Amino acid sequence: MEGFIALYIFMLAAFTGYEVISKVPVILHTPLMSGSNFVHGIVLVGAMVALGHADTTTEQVIGFIAVLLGAGNAVGGYVVTERMLEMFKSSKEEG
Amino acid sequence: MEGILPEGFAHWLIQASYFVAAILFIWGLKKMSHPRTARGGVVWAGIGMVVATVITFAEPGMHNYLLMTSAIFVGGILAWWTGKRVAMTDMPQMIALYNGMGGGSAAAIAAVELLRVHTGAGLTHDAFAARELAVLGALIGTVAFSGSLIAFAKLQGWMRKVYRFSGQQVLNGLIFLALIVLGFLLARTEFSSGAFYAFFVLALLIGILMTVPIGGADMPVVISLYNALTGLAVGFEGFVLQNPAMMIAGIVVGSAGTLLTQLMAKAMNRPISNVLFAGFGTGDDGGSGVEVTGSMKAIDPSDAAISMAYAEKVIIIPGYGMAVAQAQHKIWELTQELIKKGVKVSFAIHPVAGRMPGHMNVLLAEAGVPYDLIYDLEDINSQFANTDVALVIGANDVVNPAARKDTSSPIYGMPILDADKSRNVIVVKRGQGTGFSGIENLLFFEDNTRMCYGDAQDVAQKMIAGVKSV
Repeated sequence: MEGFIALYIFMLAAFTGYEVISKVPVILHTPLMSGSNFVHGIVLVGAMVALGHADTTTEQVIGFIAVLLGAGNAVGGYVVTERMLEMFKSSKEEG
Repeated sequence: MEGILPEGFAHWLIQASYFVAAILFIWGLKKMSHPRTARGGVVWAGIGMVVATVITFAEPGMHNYLLMTSAIFVGGILAWWTGKRVAMTDMPQMIALYNGMGGGSAAAIAAVELLRVHTGAGLTHDAFAARELAVLGALIGTVAFSGSLIAFAKLQGWMRKVYRFSGQQVLNGLIFLALIVLGFLLARTEFSSGAFYAFFVLALLIGILMTVPIGGADMPVVISLYNALTGLAVGFEGFVLQNPAMMIAGIVVGSAGTLLTQLMAKAMNRPISNVLFAGFGTGDDGGSGVEVTGSMKAIDPSDAAISMAYAEKVIIIPGYGMAVAQAQHKIWELTQELIKKGVKVSFAIHPVAGRMPGHMNVLLAEAGVPYDLIYDLEDINSQFANTDVALVIGANDVVNPAARKDTSSPIYGMPILDADKSRNVIVVKRGQGTGFSGIENLLFFEDNTRMCYGDAQDVAQKMIAGVKSV
């Protein structure tokens, strides 16, 4: 990829992240940290590609670890975020 | 998986799916920043994750599918099982743990890619600054990995001590310098496995050394920082692999996490540089310049209950001590009793109540407290002046007026909840000692403050009985 395209993606994504978070109320800081922790679980996809192209045993072992950890990040991140957010209710809602 | 889909179509489908996943991640995060839509947000982001993961199996030219699927199953099931079981009070360290896994994964990707460059099979040659970014991502990811694991161990109570020795910062500096040299060798010169292993070992070491001197009170900021670093590492590896979903999700989290870290550090009045390079809560700066005058005056739980039952407005200030005593359910019961008596009750949450910002909200939500009774510091501080009773339960530093008055106090300048401005203050506390940070709390000696000693759950139970009897 051309260097400047990469830089543009970097810049726009960075601004997006900043904007998305900037108005969040304090009560959601922990769930949101957990949610963003889940989102970088996308590393799983890269780990799969890395393992999918691994040839030597060393590469396979490291690739396996990458997928294992990436899956842990994605699944664990989702479960705890969902559990936390599940509990947020307004007094007008029932149950 | 060649053969199932024509290669051109497979390529298009993969790119389209990553595009959709990136949109879902950003949209999900956006929804997660409002309490009403937050739950839908994580579901949408989850759908994005599933789409991206499933379509990756169609990536052309891959093998090792058996290894891949088993790693996903083992990692996924272990994480699912632990994530479902963990108690809400232990949430911060679980986030640290899963975050460390992400950092480790990004570092491992970098390791595989660097080895592949060496064997000449690398797909990274055509990418922009691929080796440099791989090395940078490896460094950041590894530091986030080992640092998060230490943070996990500390919050889990496996590592209570704060390790500090003279010359630590010099040592860190030297290791960092070595890492830069090794990183340069890896990125720019012929591959050497010595440099490769030394680089990763030193990166693991610096993550550990950076984290062990940091006290438990600062851990939330540190976890948030490592979360941002993992995002950045994932983003860099995304550029290495030319994977747009990783680039965008990683960088978005990197910048969002950085902002979140700043917000937290600001709420605690602890500049990030101080957190990382100076100790806190070690007692070396605990001296107070303002004379403590007056004495602590005790009150009975039932008397405290009566004064609340006849109040017009009560503000409850919960702290981590309440969560440790598992008293949040009782407190909600007490609140309901008070509301029945016509008392207006609100909860005031300091940004760093609990173990990290928003953690207390999660704990209260778990007990069933609706979020519209819960107020942030900025929204409620002006209301203390016309409040009859401020009930402080298990909180300490966040209501210490020394933060306003005493320039020599280590917490001077930290925004606090102005509980001392309400007409009466009732403090529920286990004993007479100082709190987590070891700083004397001036609020406890004020004329309008009454101390209610005992286990928070016990006291709350007696208060409920007291209110009911009115």
